[in-house]
Amino acid sequence: MIELELNKLSRRAFLTASGALVVALATPPEWAEAVQFDSAAAAGVRPGKLSSYLSIEPDGTVVAYYGKIDGGQGLETSVAQLVAEEIDVPWDRVRVVISDTAHCVNMGGSTAGNGLRQGGIILRQTAAEARRILIKMGGEKLGLPPDQLTVTDGVVHSISDPAKRVTYAELIGGRQFDAEIQFRGEAQQLTVKVDAPLKKPEEFKIIGKPYPRKDMPGKVFGTLQQVTDLKLPNMAHARMVRPPVAGAVPVSVDEKSISDIPGAQVVWIKDFLGVVAEKEWNAVKAARQLKVTWSEANANFPGHEKIFDHIRAAPVMARSGDPTVKANGASQEKRRGSAEDAFKQAAFVLEGEYEYPFMSHASMGPACAVADVKDDSATVYTSTQKPFDCQLGIAELLGFPPDKVRAIWMFGTGGYARDAQGDATADAAVLSQHLKRPVRVQYMRHESLAWDPKGTPSVSRNRAGFDKDGDLIAYENITKSMSMEDCNTRERHPEDTLAGMNLGHPLNWRASYGTPGNAYDFENAHWGWELVAPLHDRASPLRTTHIRDPYGPPIMFGSEAFIDEIAVHLKRDPIEFRLQHLKQPREHELFAAAAKQYGWDTRPSPRNDRQGNIATGRGFAYRQLGGTYIALIAEVRVHRDTGEIEIPRVVVAHDCGLIVNSETIKHVVDRQIIWQTSRTMHEEVQFDGKMVHAVDWLTYPVLKMPGVPRSVEVVIINRPDKPTSGAAEMACGPLPAAISNAVFDATGVRLRRIPFTPERVKAALARGPEQVVKASL
Amino acid sequence: MAQNMTLNVDGKSHVISLDDPKMPLLYALRDDLGLNNPRFGCGLGQCGACTVHVDGQAVRSCTTPVSLVANRKITTIAGLGTPDKPHPLQTAWIEEQVNQCGYCINGWIMTSAELLARNPHPTEQEVRDALSDVICRCGTHNAAVKAVLRASKA
Repeated sequence: MIELELNKLSRRAFLTASGALVVALATPPEWAEAVQFDSAAAAGVRPGKLSSYLSIEPDGTVVAYYGKIDGGQGLETSVAQLVAEEIDVPWDRVRVVISDTAHCVNMGGSTAGNGLRQGGIILRQTAAEARRILIKMGGEKLGLPPDQLTVTDGVVHSISDPAKRVTYAELIGGRQFDAEIQFRGEAQQLTVKVDAPLKKPEEFKIIGKPYPRKDMPGKVFGTLQQVTDLKLPNMAHARMVRPPVAGAVPVSVDEKSISDIPGAQVVWIKDFLGVVAEKEWNAVKAARQLKVTWSEANANFPGHEKIFDHIRAAPVMARSGDPTVKANGASQEKRRGSAEDAFKQAAFVLEGEYEYPFMSHASMGPACAVADVKDDSATVYTSTQKPFDCQLGIAELLGFPPDKVRAIWMFGTGGYARDAQGDATADAAVLSQHLKRPVRVQYMRHESLAWDPKGTPSVSRNRAGFDKDGDLIAYENITKSMSMEDCNTRERHPEDTLAGMNLGHPLNWRASYGTPGNAYDFENAHWGWELVAPLHDRASPLRTTHIRDPYGPPIMFGSEAFIDEIAVHLKRDPIEFRLQHLKQPREHELFAAAAKQYGWDTRPSPRNDRQGNIATGRGFAYRQLGGTYIALIAEVRVHRDTGEIEIPRVVVAHDCGLIVNSETIKHVVDRQIIWQTSRTMHEEVQFDGKMVHAVDWLTYPVLKMPGVPRSVEVVIINRPDKPTSGAAEMACGPLPAAISNAVFDATGVRLRRIPFTPERVKAALARGPEQVVKASL
Repeated sequence: MAQNMTLNVDGKSHVISLDDPKMPLLYALRDDLGLNNPRFGCGLGQCGACTVHVDGQAVRSCTTPVSLVANRKITTIAGLGTPDKPHPLQTAWIEEQVNQCGYCINGWIMTSAELLARNPHPTEQEVRDALSDVICRCGTHNAAVKAVLRASKA
């Protein structure tokens, strides 16, 4: 018997706004509660209830509550497809509420491209369960057993007599499901178990189809409200004032220096310094004009040219495989056989090092957030990737219990992992609490580039040992770097944000790194990492954290380029050599698909004909992570005179299991290849001993149209029998190595440092081929 | 002293109170008029996220003083077309599903609209050249080129 709380209005049931709607533009009905703060809701939406995942509105619209985010990769649309498929309504009858902490179960926000792999599957399962329950309810209403019923477009009806029917809206519209859901874990580890079976691939009507993105018209017609567009009544505009050099703090502030700017006001609390004004432009002007005396500071950074020598020389603070290090769970090391012993037997050893620099997220839009802090509660409107952790961090920062803070995620700029959105949210909260009014903060361009948390710089050390017959007997890949959590990726505590550190909280360091997911079956092999200390122990412009595919490019540039070096040494084709050490049929089919699309001719690198001013070559790299398999081929034209590298073609064969939307998957892979091309060819945070130099798009150059690979060819392998894994970031990982390998194929010269700027390419060509084979000690 | 000035935006006249004639047009559009677009990307005219048309010419509103555009015809992406009456570029943008985050979209569509107004049937290279100084951080460059070519054939 299904019991329903028939008379009890849902906590989210369509509050007729009755003046409660405070936001200026069209908003989801859930926001009506933003002012009438509901602490019971904010205490956390319970994962053990079906109503926490799905509800049905009086008009039959299915609402799915998605505890992750959509950074522009089409997750809102794909999630709607999964739900529509299982609950049996047309695709456009599903509305997705994204990470409002008062209405959604904590699914951990965005992490590791698992928007569908974890969050999507939870909603798919609960939608199937809802359908099962609705059929049962329909059977009770119609006087028919469930096995004689089916569902068409949200109508439960008799299979033999479709006139016997009742709609979902009639059964439960406007009321909550009252059914339990079995679950395990929490946040990004949350999984659920339901009685209802999932549909089989041959039954799919909606999954796999190329439905257009729900968010696209709003973006194209300028009507989608992003977090930057939110305006609350009595909202002040703010800008932060950052020190000219890392580590400096305000000693004195001349408030009179901005007295000519209407409404401009200084907020100075400990080392936290900002300005507010009624009009946004006046806040911008005040931040520029404010006279501040800063303390002397010298962070003593090594500078970007010496950062790799610094990493090589610095003591190891934590290493993989050390049981005494409490490291992030993803940061495993891997061993096969004994590389250490095998290297001792080696007749000769091949070595190769690779360098990946600090990178800024360099988000298109500087971070922005709005906070509305009352005496005992707060609502923050944020574009952070981790809204549920943000809720906790803001509560601790403001001194409120967690259930008094509500975080509402909104579309924003593509941040691609832990960019500065959480910092801006904390800044807005501190300012709003101090001023007792809603505050909107947006960073300036210089702040966004100089002060966002950075991607890790790394030195990848690789060795291969060969016996006297020339066979590979030992392999080692060690990445020495800084932790991916100098700056925690979750903003769960004040020390994870600039505002928190400016208010006196210490850096929250934790050992976190990773190894390549590629499972080559080398007989004696060791994959691991070593971490050095953060460059600075407080609010630092060089605090390291996640950038999209954190376990990809900084690690795999070296690992996949060195695999190529081994193949070269063995005079083997790079695809053929890898396949010899990869045993899954899935991998072999993937490589074949890439090779076929490209028209790959099997041969060792480099190519024989390497004459002429323009040298052409192709490079391969492979990536496996979390059940996503990517084979990538890059073609380059190296201009010897200018050092420019053209990339006319990139071919990506991509297998991430079941495809939910056949178009968005291609787009997300196509776009990320161009995204990573920018990082590979242009991006590097330059800095001296005291400060980061990147302040605009001239000092932090990024890819523009002329450098874009003209043809990005994405071959999608759909595997309906395999779970959907992820596609939001994994194709980034192999690209730097594929380009480097292609340059080697073209020229016989290997590029070992990202980005591949024309100056570096020319210098490498001038040096010529390296002698890297050396006798074993 | 604050002065009133008239802005003609997307076919409507607005009177705003201006206390700094050097204020960039961007802030008048977003803050005074409450428009969702254009967007602040750099404030330096380097990225294009704030692009609007002034008398049909694509300009970067973050570096255009508002006092220079009084009584001139300003068009934002919302005035270029609407869901009921879309500009061919907007239709093509949806058909090609160009964007990821969409924060940069004003730069791409408004710059392309200016191109098509003066050159209705550009070659692919002409499209790439016209869009060579617009930034997108999601990697939608090739998709945008396809959309412009599609719109030029519509």
